[in-house]
Amino acid sequence: MKAMTTTTTDIATSPVLEASGVTMKFGGLTAVQNVDLNVNAGEIVGLIGPNGAGKTTFFNCLTGLYVPTEGKVSYKGTVLPAKPHLVTMAGVARTFQNIRLFANMTVLENVLVGRHTRTKEGLWSALLRGPGFKRAEAASHERAMELLTFIGLEHKADHLARNLPYGEQRKLEIARAMASDPGLLLLDEPTAGMNPQETRAAEELIFAIRDQGIAVLVIEHDMRFIFNLCDRVACLVQGEKLVEGTPEVVQGDERVVAAYLGTPFEGAPGAEEVAEVEAAEAHSGGGGATRTDEPAASAPTTRTDAADAAGTSESASDAPGGKGTTSQEGETQ
Amino acid sequence: MRAMTTDITKTAATPAGDDASRTPLIRWIVTAGGLATVASTFTAWTYTDAFPGDLTVYGYPGGLQILTLVAGALVVLYGLASLGIKGLGWLAPTGTTKALWFFALGAFATTWFTTVAIAWQLGGLANLEPGAFAAAVASAVPLAAFALPDDTHKAKRPRELPSWAEILLIVAAFAVGMYVITYGIDTEYSELFTGYLITVGFAVAGLIKAGLTARLSGLTSKYRQVTVIAAFAAAIAFPFTQNTDTYTLIAVNILIFATVALGLNIVVGLAGLLDLGYVAFLGVGAYTAALVSGSTASAFDVQFPFWASVLTGAVVSLIFGVIIGAPTLRLRGDYLAIVTLGFGEIFRIAMGNLDGVSGPRITNGPNGVPNIPDLEFFGYNFGESHTVFGIELGAYANYYLLMLVAMALVIIVFSRAGSSRIGRAWVAIREDETAATAMGINGFRVKLIAFALGATLAGLAGTVQAHVQHTVVPEMYQFAGPVPPNSAFLLAAVILGGMGTVTGPLLGATLLYMIPAKLQFLQDYQLLGFGIALILLMRFRPEGLIANRRAQLEYHENDQLDVPDKGLTGSGVGITKAGA
Ligand SMILES: Nc1ncnc2c1ncn2[C@@H]1O[C@H](COP(=O)(O)OP(=O)(O)OP(=O)(O)O)[C@@H](O)[C@H]1O
Ligand SMILES: [Mg+2]
Repeated sequence: MKAMTTTTTDIATSPVLEASGVTMKFGGLTAVQNVDLNVNAGEIVGLIGPNGAGKTTFFNCLTGLYVPTEGKVSYKGTVLPAKPHLVTMAGVARTFQNIRLFANMTVLENVLVGRHTRTKEGLWSALLRGPGFKRAEAASHERAMELLTFIGLEHKADHLARNLPYGEQRKLEIARAMASDPGLLLLDEPTAGMNPQETRAAEELIFAIRDQGIAVLVIEHDMRFIFNLCDRVACLVQGEKLVEGTPEVVQGDERVVAAYLGTPFEGAPGAEEVAEVEAAEAHSGGGGATRTDEPAASAPTTRTDAADAAGTSESASDAPGGKGTTSQEGETQ
Repeated sequence: MRAMTTDITKTAATPAGDDASRTPLIRWIVTAGGLATVASTFTAWTYTDAFPGDLTVYGYPGGLQILTLVAGALVVLYGLASLGIKGLGWLAPTGTTKALWFFALGAFATTWFTTVAIAWQLGGLANLEPGAFAAAVASAVPLAAFALPDDTHKAKRPRELPSWAEILLIVAAFAVGMYVITYGIDTEYSELFTGYLITVGFAVAGLIKAGLTARLSGLTSKYRQVTVIAAFAAAIAFPFTQNTDTYTLIAVNILIFATVALGLNIVVGLAGLLDLGYVAFLGVGAYTAALVSGSTASAFDVQFPFWASVLTGAVVSLIFGVIIGAPTLRLRGDYLAIVTLGFGEIFRIAMGNLDGVSGPRITNGPNGVPNIPDLEFFGYNFGESHTVFGIELGAYANYYLLMLVAMALVIIVFSRAGSSRIGRAWVAIREDETAATAMGINGFRVKLIAFALGATLAGLAGTVQAHVQHTVVPEMYQFAGPVPPNSAFLLAAVILGGMGTVTGPLLGATLLYMIPAKLQFLQDYQLLGFGIALILLMRFRPEGLIANRRAQLEYHENDQLDVPDKGLTGSGVGITKAGA
């Protein structure tokens, strides 16, 4: 698997997405600060970082939902306008962290809406129903069913989106995004709330998407998932890009571990020690397991994963990543 | 699963030990009660003809008695069906008990309404003949149906009929439906209309519970074309059943109201834009047509042919739609409601002020534009009676048929636009605007199209309305008032009938027009009544009287599993064991 990934990276190096100096301020709060990120053709790039690091905000800046305070985003060499529908038109599609399907439309209709930018039939054509209209509708249906088959939901085409189980809703969001024939797919926590089997299936799905020639940028809290999947990983902390590199590099970076522990990352005295103590604790058996039983489940998980990433322990815990209180965890230490 | 089913059957069976023997007896009692009710309608219920409708005759039923007869007959039919009489099984695909409850209630309510109304109006029970007492007692007997065990079950897959038979069924259903509606429009006094509402309301509820309407809608969706033709044929037949113009005028007004409601349904039901001043677009169309109609009160001394005035009216409405929509649709949600509400009022007041005193003399102010001439197509004058197929059609029949064409146009626009790329974009915007824009939909553009299209269709209906009414005055285009169409009633028709459907607003508009027109005595309480009715509706049937498939799934999640099953022929889901 790894070998294959490397070869693909070698072949394709032309950047699909170039974001430079992206900054997003909300009043006094700087959610994203001066972030540069490239995604090359055929690449799967991961974006990690503790809760509130600004990952979703960065996505919103890329897709035009927010107008970045500063910075430039270009797709295949042309600057993207800050209008969501134009961004999708250009070839960047996305999913949402908090699933935003059209709940009261059917599964098939959801995907058909995704075809919007790739079809042109306007009101007149709909009213007159010429042969062109029928052909376009038929083609859209065919492509939508193809995508549903791709994600394995073709048998539920007539169900309402809101009645799908959680995991299938996430997959449907991916299919809907893919319906716009994107060159770059942005996935915001695609496995949040999935069980381990579903997560594994999602991993396969993303590989399959990449094999269709679509570059992928994915946000995720599940470290094992990210390090398995990605050719390159960038870590965002408090709005700034901390490190970027191959999974091995990021895994080995102590600042990443520290960041996940909620320690201030820049030259904070004692950050390393805390990380070491943590790593040792996680390593010294028992400790890790009891932690995972705590109600604030996700923070310990990410912690274990980070420790895992640092190569200190092999944890059996596989709780889903999600909203956690990293800072609280830091305080209790 | 197995174990559970057995358990249920057991628990159902134990207390039913001696019930089992009683059940057929109750069914017989119910049936007999229905029969007695039917019989009682052939007697006299009152001594004098002071009560409207002739209820004084032995030998045949009259007026409200006919409604009681129908309600009683339904009880008898379903009573017999519940007894397993051969050949009646098709009446109740999903079970007879609940249907019987509604039919029994219907018979009881209709009869008691009639007897109480007689006693009330004529001042005392002394005015009731023994027949009325007999009817009152007889109609209470079928209420024994409430002691019956619930036998609701899933419908078996209906027996395949040859397609001519299925088509015949559809035609028959539309004929009956049209007869029922015509009967309602033709009711001559408010007591009869009230009784009609009671009977029809319970009867329809019963038929729904019996699963007969579901069976019918299964057929209509199978033969869509036939259904559409049958519906229009039934609608075209209406003026031929009328001797005078009185009820045709009501029907024309219903059509105008319904057509505008359908246009609003595009804006509200599909695109989810709350337009509180929609009637103003009807007004724009009507005023435009009036001003170019050659009426002496118009400031313009021109007389456009009808096709030109229709186009002008629609285009002027479109322009107003864009002017109102363009600045507001960029914003989200509530702004549009406020701006359209304001526009509606501004339109009405402006039309009242363009009288040469407060402003330029254009619309003749509060007096409106009177004497709008009748339409004329190639020498065919819409103001005259014509004889078609040997039947004399009054002047309003012409307008009725013209309005029917306009409505057909709006229905085509609605359904074609609704099931297309643009229609899906509207629904997507309604569902989640952020996600929709992230899917590449230009929200502003798509919303503006919906809004302008709605305005155009309303303007088009307005041009016909001007000629039907012969007069346009500003007060016809209020936000809320006792006479539909006004913005509040239009919205109510859409919501009451069912958002996003074709038949919903038609039904809603029909009810909302007929009730105030027929029940004059309600007067001041009318709006109060509507308010209460709408609240009850939102509580118990939020998707409206007629639900589109989406809304049905949306509000009643328990039912949702049924839907895919129905679509799958041959998956063998037909026989499910439930209940006794
Ligand atoms: N529209 C907004 N207005 C003000 N503040 C915002 C807005 N959107 C995000 N923020 C803030 O920006 C910061 C970054 O939020 P963001 O959602 O991007 O984090 P994230 O990295 O996606 O976190 P998570 O892992 O929990 O999804 C947070 O402090 C958040 O409160
Ligand atoms: Mg996020």
